[in-house]
Amino acid sequence: MSSFLQQEVPLSWYLLLSAALFSLGVVGFLIKRNLITVFMSIELMLNGVNLSFVTFAHQWNAVKGQIFVFFVMMVAAAEAAVGLAIIIAVFRARATLAVDRIDRMKL
Amino acid sequence: MNANLHLWLIPLLPFAGFLINGILGRRLPKRIVTTVALLAPLAAFVVVLLAANSVFSYAYTVCKGCTLTTGSIFLPYVETCPLPWINAGLLHIDFSFVLDQLSLVMLLVVTGVGFLIHVYSVGYMSDDEGYARYFSYLNLFLFFMTVLVLAGNALMMFFGWEGVGLASYLLIGFYFQKKSAADAGKKAFIVNRIGDFGFLIAMFLLVANFGTLTFSEIGARLGANPAWQGGVLTIIGLCLLLGAAGKSAQLPLYIWLPDAMEGPTPVSALIHAATMVTAGVYMVARTHIIFDHSPFALGVVATVGALTALFAATIALVQNDIKRVLAYSTISQLGYMFLGCGVAAYSAAIFHLMTHAFFKALLFLAAGAVIHSLGGEQDLRKMGGLWRKLPITFAVTTAGVLAIAGIWPFAGFFSKDAILYAAFLQGTSGKILWFVGVLTALLTAFYMFRLWYLTFLGEARSPQGHTHESPWSMRGPLLILAALSVCGGWIGIERFSGFLVPSVGARVAETGSAHLEFILTAVAVAVALVGWFIAHQFYKQKTELPAQLAAQYRRGYKLLAGKYFVDEFYGATVVKPLLGFSKLILEWVVDVGILGGAAWLLGGIATFAGAILQRWQSGNLRSYAAWLAAGAAAVLLFLMIPWATAIHFGWAGH
Repeated sequence: MSSFLQQEVPLSWYLLLSAALFSLGVVGFLIKRNLITVFMSIELMLNGVNLSFVTFAHQWNAVKGQIFVFFVMMVAAAEAAVGLAIIIAVFRARATLAVDRIDRMKL
Repeated sequence: MNANLHLWLIPLLPFAGFLINGILGRRLPKRIVTTVALLAPLAAFVVVLLAANSVFSYAYTVCKGCTLTTGSIFLPYVETCPLPWINAGLLHIDFSFVLDQLSLVMLLVVTGVGFLIHVYSVGYMSDDEGYARYFSYLNLFLFFMTVLVLAGNALMMFFGWEGVGLASYLLIGFYFQKKSAADAGKKAFIVNRIGDFGFLIAMFLLVANFGTLTFSEIGARLGANPAWQGGVLTIIGLCLLLGAAGKSAQLPLYIWLPDAMEGPTPVSALIHAATMVTAGVYMVARTHIIFDHSPFALGVVATVGALTALFAATIALVQNDIKRVLAYSTISQLGYMFLGCGVAAYSAAIFHLMTHAFFKALLFLAAGAVIHSLGGEQDLRKMGGLWRKLPITFAVTTAGVLAIAGIWPFAGFFSKDAILYAAFLQGTSGKILWFVGVLTALLTAFYMFRLWYLTFLGEARSPQGHTHESPWSMRGPLLILAALSVCGGWIGIERFSGFLVPSVGARVAETGSAHLEFILTAVAVAVALVGWFIAHQFYKQKTELPAQLAAQYRRGYKLLAGKYFVDEFYGATVVKPLLGFSKLILEWVVDVGILGGAAWLLGGIATFAGAILQRWQSGNLRSYAAWLAAGAAAVLLFLMIPWATAIHFGWAGH
């Protein structure tokens, strides 16, 4: 039992989880119609990538990966602030958050 | 010991005048424009006179059997720019100016008469808006003309040759708002191009056969091979003749000169009578060594000259525009010069060139004074009786008319006589040429006295309003040129040709006697007097006679009045087919069809591709994201497949 507990979780499990999170983010981005949900999907992708960074940082005993994650989180926070502001502006202008209807930029 | 003559100043001074008046002329006060415009040719003339002084002082010391003094020069005197112009393989061309007897005579005429006509223009153009523009063009012309005359090789000459064509074009089209003037300028330029083509081909042949374009080297090569006759030299000679015929308005390229009268009258006097149109004669004299080695080409020169002389004289008989009469007379007199060249009497041709420059410039300037005082009227039929109102103009025109008719002792008598005498000595063909020349002399005397009677004598045929003599700036040059027209020939052909011998060679086959010469002279003068007499009968005694004759021989009269319909003939055979070809083939097939089609096709492809790719830009955020994801997936897949990786690294150069 203790040997089981002392065993580390294999690398592949982390990576699989990371890939699964990223894929969920991509799929969510593609199929969701609400802008806020799309936005959340982006966060999901970012965090999927973060997980793989941390995994490899632990595996290779390199601190760079961890630092990278901090950067990503910081950028994500900033992006969330700007993004939410844009979403509010869009909603005020168009009275909708349906992605398919925000298509005024095309010719 | 050669003194430095600073020949380069001769062209560059007028060029400086051109630059100053051309760039700043509009903003400068008129006084300064006039000063610059007159100083430039005057200074050039002074340089020429200094050079002439050195030359003649040399001749003087030799005559006396003295040793040379400093200040004397050897001829030909060459001035070469230290930097070469073209240095390609064996071909080496310098900027070189050559002063010899021939170019000295020509320079004296060009800058001397040129300066007088500049002075005259000050009065003639005083009220014109384009005053500064006019003088800058005139100075530009002098620059190119002096380069042409001084050129030591054919390419330099060609540069001046093209340049005077440009100046001529600019000045013919000086009143460019007038369509006829602009068209006449274009016509002169295009017709000259045909001649220039001949000159160019001749230059290519010279380079191919001699490896040089320098006149003295070509002369030396030919002098060393006296047996080299005809062949390619004939072709070179004929090509040169084509060039000369274009510039000097000979058959069949003379058609531009009558139209060139659209320019201001002093321009007609300077460019289209006295100097530029004689460039062809000068060129033939300059390259005489080639013609001397090709009797056939020389014969063609003589034939073209004689035919042109007669042809233009017959047209001049019935023209009613005073300037057109003079224009056809110029063509006819140039024909005389070619006739002189064609019988290898180059010095006689140059002699006639010089006297013609005096009396034809005089006649044009006098015609300009008449036109000026009548407020722009050029029709002979509306003049008449002007001798009382314009006594000075009348007097100088009389001198000019007597000179061109060849009446002793006026200038034209000596030079025309010299040409006819030289022609007569050239065997049987020479007799024919002589006869054509004498016939032309008869016609010349007739139409010049016709002009004289119609303009000055009789009664005024239309209300002439307030006519007055011209200002002194116009009268001065007229009087000087009149004096030259009277005395210009007194130097005599013997002394003149003796002076020119080093440049153009001595005539061979002088078999004449003093007796024969006297008879020929008497015939020439008699013929001129007969022409005068007929004109007197027609336009003084029985003034109804010309109209009767015209009615009686209506066809002949129409043919002459219509100038043999040569313009119409060229229009139908050259211009129209060319325009048709341009319209049909060049415009519709090449331009609209090929070029337009290609542009349309390329544009169509781009539009079509754009229409398809446009659908990609749906504006739908999720479709963009899907393409992004698909792209990322494709790159990943590409990297994961082993063979694709190999290609990938292969691209990167591993």
